[in-house]
Amino acid sequence: MAADESYPEELRYHREHDWARVDGDTATVGITWYAQDALGELVHFEPPAEGASVAADESYGEVESVKAVSDLISPLSGVVVEVNPIVVEEPEKVNDDPYGDGWLIKIRLSDPGEADGLLDVAAYKALLDEQ
Amino acid sequence: MQTLRRTPLYERHAALGARLVPFAGWEMPVQYTSIVGEHRAVRTSAGVFDVSHMGQLQISGDGAHDYLQARLSNNLDKAGDGDAQYTLLTNEQGGIVDDLIAYRRGTDDYLLVVNASNVEPDHASLSETEDVSADFALLAVQGPEALSRLGIDIAPFTFREGDVLGVHCLIAGTGYTGERGCELGCAPDDAVTLWDAILGAGVVPCGLGARDTLRLEVCYPLHGNDISPERTPIEAGLGWACDLEKEFTGVGLLREQKVQGTAEKLVAFVMDDKGIPRQGMSIEEGGTVTSGSLSPMLDQGIGLAYVDAGLAAPETKLTVDLRGRPRAAHIVKKPIYKREE
Repeated sequence: MAADESYPEELRYHREHDWARVDGDTATVGITWYAQDALGELVHFEPPAEGASVAADESYGEVESVKAVSDLISPLSGVVVEVNPIVVEEPEKVNDDPYGDGWLIKIRLSDPGEADGLLDVAAYKALLDEQ
Repeated sequence: MQTLRRTPLYERHAALGARLVPFAGWEMPVQYTSIVGEHRAVRTSAGVFDVSHMGQLQISGDGAHDYLQARLSNNLDKAGDGDAQYTLLTNEQGGIVDDLIAYRRGTDDYLLVVNASNVEPDHASLSETEDVSADFALLAVQGPEALSRLGIDIAPFTFREGDVLGVHCLIAGTGYTGERGCELGCAPDDAVTLWDAILGAGVVPCGLGARDTLRLEVCYPLHGNDISPERTPIEAGLGWACDLEKEFTGVGLLREQKVQGTAEKLVAFVMDDKGIPRQGMSIEEGGTVTSGSLSPMLDQGIGLAYVDAGLAAPETKLTVDLRGRPRAAHIVKKPIYKREE
């Protein structure tokens, strides 16, 4: 069952439609409701290796729907400490619950201050209004 | 910028919340809810597709039979009046201008249903035919329950005129999904009435996304992907739709290929590793993917590819380059998915 449109207040957003939930020196990362809706039902998650380095604004993996492939853009820099095994097995969890069970990776941040450069929910919604 | 054409059902699609995309110059529904869900509806119950973008050419009168017989690959005499036949329009090099269904209304009376993107080249090659595409809306109702929901019966590859849910139609036992069902041609002004009645019978609206995954599972080629004017029926495994004993455009080259073989062949494959093959991806052993998707029934990546003829046997291992990642696949006998009888 696809989720209703929402953009939680407590998250930080990247303009490529990714979100980050920052907790100390780690961040949980996923794609926004808008991104999963644009893609349609996800059928494949190509995750990074745990231990891989990721850089802000760069691709760390891919998600695919039946029709489309999309690069996953990391909102923040660091090292991948966990890949969501649920989404690897059931990619449609991202459609069901993009900010909960549908998270994609956890990153140990190389520079927690980097999160200050991300959008807050108001700025992200303003960006969506332009699209 | 070219304006997209809309079928008589455009307002219905929009009201259902369909995702509408440009396709062959038309604004068409790619999905209503989910491609996977719509695909499964057709495999397990019944789905309806608006395929009014497809083209119709007709020819009748003295010489119509001989005219088409000299230009289409299949033998029209294998079809009786009231039969539908899959056939190919070829060029001088034996390449495939289009694949189409010829409906034989009489010895000298035919309706051809052709791909939307090929109406113009087809009409150019078959200049004696009349383009009657504007006279038809076309709905495909497909799935094991399709005919019972409509309260009709029609044998595969036959057609007749008749009423369906109160609307006068050309009823054809054809489709592009590998399931039983029909394609219904009606007057454009009747299309909304027919569509509403079909949905009222509990048939699920399905978009072109599911149509593509359904046809790929059963290895029906898509013109523009798997077959083209640069590919011949022999390479594409469509020799069964060509009568090489008769004369038609490009037949000489096809006879040579039949004897000598071709450098490449179109094969079906299933991914052993995770990942979804896509059109244009390379096969490391020698070849190129022409169609690829996830199979909703197998829950695995599947595809069609031209590979070196020496690699074309079932069970041959292939390595597909998934955007820089080598992933294992193997060739399977067509079709990839077969419905249980």
